[in-house]
Amino acid sequence: MLAESLALTAALFIIGVIGVLVHRNAIIIFMCVELMLTAVNLTFVAFSRFYGTAGQVFVVFVMTVSAAEAAVGLAIIIAIFRHRQTINLQDINLLRG
Amino acid sequence: MEPHYPLFYVFHFYLFGVIALASALAFVTRKSPVAAALWLVNTMFSLAALYVMLDAQFIGVMQVLVYAGAIMVVFLFVVMLLNLGHPSELADARGLGWRLAAGLVGLGLLSEIMIILRAKLPQQLIVPRDFNEQQLQKLNAVGTVAAPLFKDYLLAFELTSVLLLVAIAGAVILGRGRTVSAR
Repeated sequence: MLAESLALTAALFIIGVIGVLVHRNAIIIFMCVELMLTAVNLTFVAFSRFYGTAGQVFVVFVMTVSAAEAAVGLAIIIAIFRHRQTINLQDINLLRG
Repeated sequence: MEPHYPLFYVFHFYLFGVIALASALAFVTRKSPVAAALWLVNTMFSLAALYVMLDAQFIGVMQVLVYAGAIMVVFLFVVMLLNLGHPSELADARGLGWRLAAGLVGLGLLSEIMIILRAKLPQQLIVPRDFNEQQLQKLNAVGTVAAPLFKDYLLAFELTSVLLLVAIAGAVILGRGRTVSAR
């Protein structure tokens, strides 16, 4: 089942990448990043079957990082929405020269 | 290298894999953030089932609790808070050029990953076949994760708590709304 898991991981990760590139809604882009992180978790779990259970520890770390990322990212989105009344990435160009 | 799996196991593995893939595709093609979030929750659930089938029961539970339970609720909460759903906000997909570029990037990444998968895995690191089952018998499902977490990776674990503290502080400061106005 290792090969199948890795293929599924690759497919999910690439769906996430395409979602980040295609969408303009900042919240959906964040969800795509979460999907990419989860796909990587599946790799860790699949390999932990053959290389020992330490891989599952790293899944816990990845989950923590993604929780922190979601909290800070959504706070940034709310702060931007308060300024611009939109979360469409095309209208958010504060840093563009 | 891989043991023989019964047909029942293989069938359900493929079933949950297909559900995860289909939900991810449905997720990425939705325009409404709420529908997208619900499809993503579906993906997370089927991935949790796959974790359980891959002998990572505790990780499966964490997946349901943390991802499907906590993180996605935060997302939905923000969608509710910002009151999104105006037609102008929903038309969010980029144009055809962007889609083609995204497809090309995806194809490039896919071929890269396929080439990486051709590489030979280091055989000498592979643990004996019943090692994980023995660990499960000896330490039970939580212990297999907790024992290395609190022995080998203790420093990383403690640093993770600092990361969470920073994230909480950052979220509070950003969300408090006393930021300097852009205008």
